[in-house]
Amino acid sequence: MAELTHLTLAQARDGLRAKDFSAVELAQAHLDAMEKGRELNAYITETGDLAKERAKAADNNLANGSAGALEGLPIGIKDLFCTEGVLTTAASHILDGYQPQYESTVTAKLKDAGAVMVGKTNLDEFAMGSSNESSYYGPAINPWKKNDDDSPLVPGGSSGGSAAAVAAHLCLGAAGTDTGGSIRQPASFCGIVGMKPTYGRCSRWGIVAFASSLDQAGPMTRTVRDAAIMLSAMAGHDPKDSTSADLAVPDFEAALTGNIRGLRIGIPAEYRPDGLNEDISNLWDTGIGWLKDAGAEIVDITLPHTKHALPTYYIVAPAEASSNLARYDGVRFGLRVEGESLDEMYAKTRSEGFGDEVKRRVMIGTYALSAGYYDAYYLKAQKVRQLIFQDFVSAFEKVDTILTPTAPTPAFAVGEKTDPVTMYLNDVFTVPASLAGLPGISVPAGLSKDGLPLGLQLLTKRWDEETLFRCAGVLEDAAQFPGLLKGGEGRA
Amino acid sequence: MSLDDATVRKIAFLARIEVPDQDLAPLAKELSGILDWIEQLQEVDTDAVEPMTGGTDMALSWRADNVSDGNYADKVLANAPEAHEGFFGVPKVVE
Repeated sequence: MAELTHLTLAQARDGLRAKDFSAVELAQAHLDAMEKGRELNAYITETGDLAKERAKAADNNLANGSAGALEGLPIGIKDLFCTEGVLTTAASHILDGYQPQYESTVTAKLKDAGAVMVGKTNLDEFAMGSSNESSYYGPAINPWKKNDDDSPLVPGGSSGGSAAAVAAHLCLGAAGTDTGGSIRQPASFCGIVGMKPTYGRCSRWGIVAFASSLDQAGPMTRTVRDAAIMLSAMAGHDPKDSTSADLAVPDFEAALTGNIRGLRIGIPAEYRPDGLNEDISNLWDTGIGWLKDAGAEIVDITLPHTKHALPTYYIVAPAEASSNLARYDGVRFGLRVEGESLDEMYAKTRSEGFGDEVKRRVMIGTYALSAGYYDAYYLKAQKVRQLIFQDFVSAFEKVDTILTPTAPTPAFAVGEKTDPVTMYLNDVFTVPASLAGLPGISVPAGLSKDGLPLGLQLLTKRWDEETLFRCAGVLEDAAQFPGLLKGGEGRA
Repeated sequence: MSLDDATVRKIAFLARIEVPDQDLAPLAKELSGILDWIEQLQEVDTDAVEPMTGGTDMALSWRADNVSDGNYADKVLANAPEAHEGFFGVPKVVE
């Protein structure tokens, strides 16, 4: 039954409806693949028993005509979404043993649509990282390797486990979250599609909070169509998240018309800094050619504040994180390390419970918000954030979509990058759109000289995910990216 | 921006993270490195720029000020490291 894991999510959906196979068979095929793929450390928790139960229920729904949009489809859930009664760790020691008593809105919607959760996927601790190496549960491993080198590579981060699981066919798709690139960058590293919707498109309720003005859930899949199908199920207004948009959710799959004739595509000069990786620079040029050949109009644009986006992000996100992570105090959930006093108990619990990168960010954020430094750091960053947003507003007066590389490099080796700022540079092309709250998608578009996947990123204005999917579909068709299974069996 | 050990100790206290004395100097170096890199923001002219305070320009929604949830203390306490008779347990606070 191994071939069932080769299907795309759309193919599996159609196969279930045509009764070519059952949801129980489909779930079992993925659970078997997960067992064989454990060396990737893509999952923190496998939920096989729960998946089999849900698959049985899905077969009933399929038989009696009450099937949801994702009925019976096995998916992974980033272990940042609270799942009722299922261990939820955020890949942190400080959430040891935490079993949420409620279900996040996004995972509840996926469940209601009939999706079968097969496990909780690995991530950087509290989604803080670009390589999945800050996970308390050890790094997830990229299923891709260089042509001539067997060293394990990182899957990117923070949704590294989700990306690895999707790329290695250990699920049909996965729910990720993106704060500064955490869906798009790992998608690029693992050769899959990763989509971050407009801020406010998906409810943040029940997602372990990192930086609340940036966090956004989105789908990670092997095709653009699959991402469109998943997002339609995940999105929607939620009264429990005051920043979730009260807008109708379009049928994103219907947006994949394949026609981008006359669409104006912006190419920002600032995304080609001196010394940009040659493979990536060349692939970007190739991508521009594909869209031009499909009838799009290519327009040179400028986003002048691009180079200030990363330092802005590294004030805004840690500041919000330092506030959000104040809740981990050893009192209400997770780890507690005893101390003589309440303060000492807090400090000992947080010292032992948080990893180095989380501590660094909490401390940077605490400093940026502290008396005497607030104006110089936090307020300054909020103002530069406005300028970055206005850059995009001006650009979208001239163009409909922006095409850029997703990440400045292909996947690197586990343990290769140890300096924090060097690691932060991974997100140089994804962070600006995060700060501006724009939707973005990474589409696998080619391979580096070493044989590693490279993604191209598309951005649109807020709430225009339909144009994003339409353009991404054309890019995907032109790229004919082979996927991890040689010969393209995994593709629609 | 170079942080000294005393400043790092103060930040650590504000963040309620215990940092052993021997770790203060390396941590100060690390945090200073990050802050030095962030310093480049100062070159941007932000006079007369309105700060962007959130991820969306949509107005936040209103709802009636009614109790809409609750009455499940057992669920709230289910993950507590220490709970007694419907309360969270903490070390003695009042001497």
